[in-house]
Amino acid sequence: MTDFAEAHRPSNLSQTGLSETETERVSYLRAGHSLSSWLFTTDHKRIAILYLISITFFFFVGGAAAALIRLDLLTPKADLLTNEGYNRAFTIHGVIMVWFFLIPSIPNTFGNFLVPLMIGARDLAFPRLNLLSWYIFMLAGLFTLFVLIAGGVDTGWTFYTPLSSMFAHANVVLAATAVFIAGFSSILTGINFIVTTHKLRCPGMTWGRLPLFVWSIYATSLVLVLATPVLSITLVLIAAERLFGLGIFNPALGGDPLLYQHLFWFYSHPAVYIMVLPALGVVSELVAAAAHKPIFGYQFVAGSSLAIAVIGFFVWGHHMFVAGQSMYASAVFSFLSLLVAVPSGIKVYNWTATLYKGHISLDPPFLFAMAFIGLFVVGGLTGLILAMLAVDVHVHDTYFVVAHFHYIMVGGTVSAFFGALHFWWPKMIGRKYSLVWGRLSAIFIFLGFNLTFFPQFLLGYWGMPRRYHVYAPQFQVLHVFSSTGASVLAVAYLVPFLYLFYSMRYGEPAGDNPWPAIGLEWTTPSPPPKHNFAKIPVVSGPPYDYHVEIEGKDG
Amino acid sequence: MVETLVTEPYSDPRQQHDAAMMGMYIFLGNEVMLFGGLFAVALYTRLVHTKEAVAASRALHYGIGGTNTAILLTSSLCIALAVEAGRQGERKLAIRWLIGAIVLGLGFLSLKGYEYLEEFQEGLMPFTGFDTAIKTPVQHLYMDLYLIATGLHALHMVIGVGLLAYLVIGLSKRWIVVPERAITLIVVGLYWHFVDAVWVFLYPVLYLAR
Amino acid sequence: MADPWSSLLPAEASNYSSQVDLLTGLMLVLALGLSAPVFILMAYFAVKYRRGKPANRTHAANRNIWLEISWSAIPFVALLGFYLWSTDLSARLYHAPGNALQIDVVAKQWMWKFQHPEGQGEINELHVPVDQPVRLIMASQDVIHSLYLPALRIKQDVVPGRYTSEWFTANRPGIYMLACAEYCGANHSEMGGRIIVLDKADYARWLGQSSVDNSLALAGAALFRARGCSGCHEPGATVHAPRLDGIYGKTVALQTGETVIADDQYLRDSILLPQSQIAAGYPPIMPTFQNVLSEEDVLKIIAYIKSLQPEANTQ
Repeated sequence: MTDFAEAHRPSNLSQTGLSETETERVSYLRAGHSLSSWLFTTDHKRIAILYLISITFFFFVGGAAAALIRLDLLTPKADLLTNEGYNRAFTIHGVIMVWFFLIPSIPNTFGNFLVPLMIGARDLAFPRLNLLSWYIFMLAGLFTLFVLIAGGVDTGWTFYTPLSSMFAHANVVLAATAVFIAGFSSILTGINFIVTTHKLRCPGMTWGRLPLFVWSIYATSLVLVLATPVLSITLVLIAAERLFGLGIFNPALGGDPLLYQHLFWFYSHPAVYIMVLPALGVVSELVAAAAHKPIFGYQFVAGSSLAIAVIGFFVWGHHMFVAGQSMYASAVFSFLSLLVAVPSGIKVYNWTATLYKGHISLDPPFLFAMAFIGLFVVGGLTGLILAMLAVDVHVHDTYFVVAHFHYIMVGGTVSAFFGALHFWWPKMIGRKYSLVWGRLSAIFIFLGFNLTFFPQFLLGYWGMPRRYHVYAPQFQVLHVFSSTGASVLAVAYLVPFLYLFYSMRYGEPAGDNPWPAIGLEWTTPSPPPKHNFAKIPVVSGPPYDYHVEIEGKDG
Repeated sequence: MVETLVTEPYSDPRQQHDAAMMGMYIFLGNEVMLFGGLFAVALYTRLVHTKEAVAASRALHYGIGGTNTAILLTSSLCIALAVEAGRQGERKLAIRWLIGAIVLGLGFLSLKGYEYLEEFQEGLMPFTGFDTAIKTPVQHLYMDLYLIATGLHALHMVIGVGLLAYLVIGLSKRWIVVPERAITLIVVGLYWHFVDAVWVFLYPVLYLAR
Repeated sequence: MADPWSSLLPAEASNYSSQVDLLTGLMLVLALGLSAPVFILMAYFAVKYRRGKPANRTHAANRNIWLEISWSAIPFVALLGFYLWSTDLSARLYHAPGNALQIDVVAKQWMWKFQHPEGQGEINELHVPVDQPVRLIMASQDVIHSLYLPALRIKQDVVPGRYTSEWFTANRPGIYMLACAEYCGANHSEMGGRIIVLDKADYARWLGQSSVDNSLALAGAALFRARGCSGCHEPGATVHAPRLDGIYGKTVALQTGETVIADDQYLRDSILLPQSQIAAGYPPIMPTFQNVLSEEDVLKIIAYIKSLQPEANTQ
């Protein structure tokens, strides 16, 4: 398998780093050099790269807001930002990170790149819609940047009424429009993946042989398509209220502020599953590849993605336990919120069982997968704590909640994103990177993350509310720990850019299957040619068909 | 079905046709969720504040609404005939039926605009800053719902008319070839039928609450 | 009076707080029990089954239905136990005892106003007696706020357009944190204060020392007259308007045929949104006082109406 790379490596590669292999010469990256060949591409792999660049950009913008927040929180007084400035900082941090980083991150980069390859197709079902969804995403992003330049918005990413509909001064309609536009990108993405999975599987690729990443993208797409329109209508209602004074959420006119919360969370809770389901799919792939073993309980793991997607639609009221909803509603939502944790638990236990009697390699992707599992488990268990009514009444709207969701979204999704990047980078770019640096990144991201967010659980239980930048002095010690952790995390997130960019020029050519791992994407050259496969593959065996010992020799 | 234009990534025309249909159905499912929230609010209002909701509904012009319903149903018939013509390769006939649907669609929108004007003059519109004939907070909420639901529907109608116009131009200039690319007409036709179906539910829910 | 802010564990100022802490503590134990095996096993497997390292890897199963079901069902059943405990615990928050001392709260950007029944008013500070159930009736003047009392482990959103309430029985004198826990605009971080739990003697002394203009009910009576309510609602008025003596807590028949209990919310809506629920047999001519009365004023008028005894001869 490595002979191919050996045969095609020019002798002067390590000296100048400028030559390209034969494979690279015919890859999708070289199929057209002009700007328009990129901006008008319908190749899912190029669109994935376009998304990768844009979401990375937005990650930095959202991260800059986070940096301001953590710096300001070093002291109990308003030393860095004004009250209004801080409010705008956490609002833009939330808006950008949720809609312009987390939601598109894995589906639109790795989903776009890998789904056709994994199912043996040449592209997604609607290549032009795929490009359109990127343009819509960029338009929405530009709107948001415009909002930022125009002074930002200060309602929190949750836009609660009547604060946002009647009292907030700035840019609410503009921000709502930006998010509304971004919603269309989500919907088109979801439609594309669903139809692709149904219609473009290669011969022999039955549903029971799909890689678990594809299952997770499919489940995510169901949520994208069904939940996003509820957000769209909610944003329209806010804009209508602000522009025409309609009074739907205005109690003085008979409206109901809680109606907004129901509508908003009906979308936003499934939205967090949009953010985490793809990450769970990535981890399944990373664990199988690291252990050289099929994922234990494939059917349960595949089914759990669908179960999370479905049950996730029925738990939104757990954001409203103290909002003034009835005790009975709260009891039902609390119960269902416990139920939704069961499929997540299945995944984690199955991954552990996969490692049993495996052939485990401690490469960066696996370290990122372990980081994910450690952090996701903490996040998930604290979610269970939050689902308990009596506890939630105390810690709702405190830093406990902030810590919980950052453990899942940052500790979870971002770690999985980096894990995916480190696993499929050789496939996407065709070069290997330094494994030592990769492992160090995983370790420092894990440590920096815990230092940043674990103290916040304590802050929350001790009573520090969220969205506060002026706080009681006894909370300062924990905030200093948290901000210190944030600076470690920031550096740890930046370092991969260095060695990954370096590898683009100076890395060793990867060959088709550098790890090696089992999956259709690993049967194509690295980077793949524009049409993915010379001949559409025919699948005849189970997924993750690693050699499993029945008896006899070990190793 | 004679479809000679199979594009990547498809390998056969049946697969491509099925994918297009599936994509449109999923999109329409998504649209159901969009209007679903509004219907949920309407249902809640009707169940909890029955008397005021009925009173508010009586203030609406069900005659105009009824006429609009008839117009829209007829336009859907035109669309169905246009799609069938497209399938048979009858380019000119398809164009004529499409133009008929456009005319009826524009008629719907004009009548709706006239209706809004009437309601505004009667003081039924829930805008602040104007003299209002709205009697109860529930009626205010009801008019909010009416405005947003019919406004959203009208927006979909405008988009629909735009799509039909694109089809007419495309067929005239032969960018769209029938019967090979009849799928384009089918898919747009599905969208139009859906918008019609939304109205068929909106009309009784809003206008005929008794 | 000890200042519990300095202790290492979060201050517990009520029996309920201790129970919440116990629940949380045991949940953490369960969480550890559910997760520690995962962490330990993963680390252990990563070492023992390292690629290239000799080990017994024969007969590695790919699926085991019973194992899957058991590690789904057993944690879930354990969680159910906690669910029942937690739901029961929180259910008590919805029913204040009948002898609760009622204190009215008005939240506005960006301060808390507390009104004791005898008229003592406080801003951002709340004095309460120890070992006495206290029920807070809360209204918002503008946006959604949330009254959070960490030491008592309770919070409740204060939603404009309605009354919400929370209740507690503090069992340890001290000064504790009070904060707004629902983002409410620019100075949300500064909308905090203190709750001061006093033993009975100190509380009585504090009540006596506080300046009192009027009890809430007396202040309400003054407003009732000043704003013209008595013009229609007093006996002898020419306008046909519902009599208010003894109305609090009674069943009222509405024009739509439904009946409602005349509670605080009903009285508030009758004053601020008179068209929303019209009493049967009366013309819908009451004007709204939406822009005339603040939430505080309304609370005072309601206190006054509550104090009105029904006349000896009922109709």
